[in-house]
Amino acid sequence: MPRVIAPVISRDDEYFWKGVAEDRLLARCCAGCGRLQHPPTPMCPKCGSVAWDVRELAGAGFVYSWIVSQHPTQSEDAPRVVALIELDEGLRLVSNLAGIEPADVRNGMRVGVEFGEIDGVKLPQFRPVTGGLS
Amino acid sequence: MALRKEAAAIAGIGQTEFSKNSGRSELQLAAEAVRAAINDAGLEPADVDGLVTMTVDPNDELALMHSVGMEEVRWTSRTPFGGGGSSALVEHAAAAVAAGAADVVVIYRAFNERSGNRFGQPGQGQGMPNLNWYLPYGLDTPAKMYSLWFQRYMDTFGLTNEDFGRYTVIARKHAASNPNAWFYQRPITLEDHQNSRWIVEPILRLLDCCQESDGGVALVVTSAERARDLRQPAVTIVGATQGNVINGDTIFNYYHPDNARFPQAEYAARQIWESTGLKPADIDAAMIYENFSPVVFYQLEAYGFCGLGEAKDFIADGHIGLGGTLPVNTHGGLLGEAYIHGVNNILEGVRQIRGTSANQVPDAKHVLCSAGPSAVLLGNG
Repeated sequence: MPRVIAPVISRDDEYFWKGVAEDRLLARCCAGCGRLQHPPTPMCPKCGSVAWDVRELAGAGFVYSWIVSQHPTQSEDAPRVVALIELDEGLRLVSNLAGIEPADVRNGMRVGVEFGEIDGVKLPQFRPVTGGLS
Repeated sequence: MALRKEAAAIAGIGQTEFSKNSGRSELQLAAEAVRAAINDAGLEPADVDGLVTMTVDPNDELALMHSVGMEEVRWTSRTPFGGGGSSALVEHAAAAVAAGAADVVVIYRAFNERSGNRFGQPGQGQGMPNLNWYLPYGLDTPAKMYSLWFQRYMDTFGLTNEDFGRYTVIARKHAASNPNAWFYQRPITLEDHQNSRWIVEPILRLLDCCQESDGGVALVVTSAERARDLRQPAVTIVGATQGNVINGDTIFNYYHPDNARFPQAEYAARQIWESTGLKPADIDAAMIYENFSPVVFYQLEAYGFCGLGEAKDFIADGHIGLGGTLPVNTHGGLLGEAYIHGVNNILEGVRQIRGTSANQVPDAKHVLCSAGPSAVLLGNG
């Protein structure tokens, strides 16, 4: 088992991981009705279009919920904070929090995206930003 | 509208022992449980013409037919969603009987989930599209995935892990007087719960997590009319439904506006109450799926047994124990009896209606088996 379980990239989410490789947080945006969709679907659930554009997200949001993942994937690995982030665009995504001790994490805390590499896998991570609670 | 009321009945139940190392193949466990259920109903293997199991069950329908001696089977189906689909198994079987697709349907679920493939280990399910968004971040076990949902519930309503412990103590008390239960004669105190090690601090301790078990269970479903002529008292399927909603995972739903709620169970509850004309006060006992103890809290609220955020007081006030207003998981649940993916909960529901539970609720007429995104309501026919 590796330290990080790498994503198994498919046609429906390859845009996301290409974006991560370029330090960009991307979401699918429906070419028909403009709906933002994450996690991605092959068809827009609102208008039925299968044509998608990609939009870069601001990468700002707040912590909706969070946990400490002990020995993530390998028994000797250091804990990682896993958070469900609610982005200002209204989407939620799971990521990690960096630069903060678990004792200091609060729901509603403002965070911003950065990109980090763990065991050769590049991932979006979030870090607290000034501005306090959402 | 959900399944037509009393479209079918449960005429037989069967199981193997529940253990941590069965010492035999999963197919053998399935065959033993199925044979026992057919015998319990007073039927023969050749009477069976339908089979239902979960998509995740390892036992092939044809291999089971060859083993048990079911000569001709004209209906098979499988339910998705793992344990969340445990009550949906009954819905599938009842729908097949009601539609005339089969006369006698056997439901089975058997696995070596402790000595073989353990669901709780990191990285299970890699490659499933939804898990791509969780596993790389170290959200790599069911306990962690569920805790990310539970944290919002705890934060919203002000719960601590001790509140969850009060459920576990009751489940283990029920298991302690159930000879079928792995934890038979082994009750715990709240202190024991609080001394068990953290799995996801400060949300889940070890004793909040369901067991890992080896074993098999089976049920026989046929028409209510035919069931009344068979060996056992008929247990009617008063209501049965699924509760799948957009954007949800099997049970948790990170993308729903309010993670302090359980939209799948709320939808299933609406279907159950509307299709049966019953209400929470009509339920004599409830078997509630709990891969982790907090899932009970969400479901008590989703079905309206108490208000949102009130499950901790409902439990602390003694409602869910034997003698309470709504005894819950009288067999000990998946924490206390065994983890047979929730299907063992339905067997306990049947025993309660028959009046044969080790922890019998006096004169139980209506038992709800809630598995989050699926549910069945059993009655005495």
